[in-house]
Amino acid sequence: MKIAVITFPGSNCDHDCYRALKLLDGVTPEFRWHRDTSLGDVAAVILPGGFSYGDYLRAGAIARFSPIMDAVVEFAEAGGPVVGICNGFQVLCEAGLLPGALVRNESLRFQSHPVHIRVETTRTPFTSEYEEGQVLRIPIAHGEGNYHAEPEVLAELEGTDRIVFRYSTADGKLTPEANPNGSAHHIAGIVNEHRNVLGMMPHPERAVEELLGPTDGRGLFQSLRNHLTAGATT
Amino acid sequence: MSRFTVEVRVTPRPGLLDPEGKAVQHALGSLGYEGVVSTRVGKLIVVEMEADGEKEARARAEEMCRKLLANPVTQDFRIRVSAQAEGVDER
Repeated sequence: MKIAVITFPGSNCDHDCYRALKLLDGVTPEFRWHRDTSLGDVAAVILPGGFSYGDYLRAGAIARFSPIMDAVVEFAEAGGPVVGICNGFQVLCEAGLLPGALVRNESLRFQSHPVHIRVETTRTPFTSEYEEGQVLRIPIAHGEGNYHAEPEVLAELEGTDRIVFRYSTADGKLTPEANPNGSAHHIAGIVNEHRNVLGMMPHPERAVEELLGPTDGRGLFQSLRNHLTAGATT
Repeated sequence: MSRFTVEVRVTPRPGLLDPEGKAVQHALGSLGYEGVVSTRVGKLIVVEMEADGEKEARARAEEMCRKLLANPVTQDFRIRVSAQAEGVDER
């Protein structure tokens, strides 16, 4: 099966995502350029990290109007799995596929280091290979990853099991020090109402090779592959 | 058709943490400026446009803000429209 990785001008994690997908049995990753107007015959879509359009105006604000995004929105609304990582998460929020927004890190600093995130739900196509409460070690690299949403939106996310990952300590505690950017409710990743669109700031595609460190990101791609394979056979 | 200058001022919504504003406030404090109670940093976007009248120019600017120029989750916007003088020297 094919999975699309979208490249915007300024994307810089597209090849890492491609590589992470390539490690999966039976998956053929394919790049789609921001000017393409069709996704073609793909089973899932990844919006990678980077600085699309130089983060001008707001991170993700201009990428959201790229020609390919109409196809991505249509795909997501039809129930197709979409993952936005880092800048991809920002694009999904700007596109209205996910609620809230990502604003400047509370610390004012660009944060580039591994963090711990706690898996909050396995009830998504992206986290079935993990266990609830499992703590993953995955890198972050962002200046604007501070998740912000109105209190009603946060309550809805909490009440409907849509917070997928939270920043935590290595043993899963939610201390202020474990929150690298000031995100509300320690949010590192969320899904939409239909649970087929995931946005997350940490980079699972940077945690798939033993040579480079932890491999806790593999589970996410494996979950997605398993979800798609199960869907294809039933 | 006349030409208008539209100034769109985009600012972080009240209550939203503005780390950039906070850093500027801190810097002003270090320079010895006393009594600075708050500093917020926003953006000024200047759009020149042709429109049938001021009302139309404003309506279009509002649409631009809702669609692209501001994010309603985190930002407020204010629009100022002014007509450019007739026979503008375009050299």
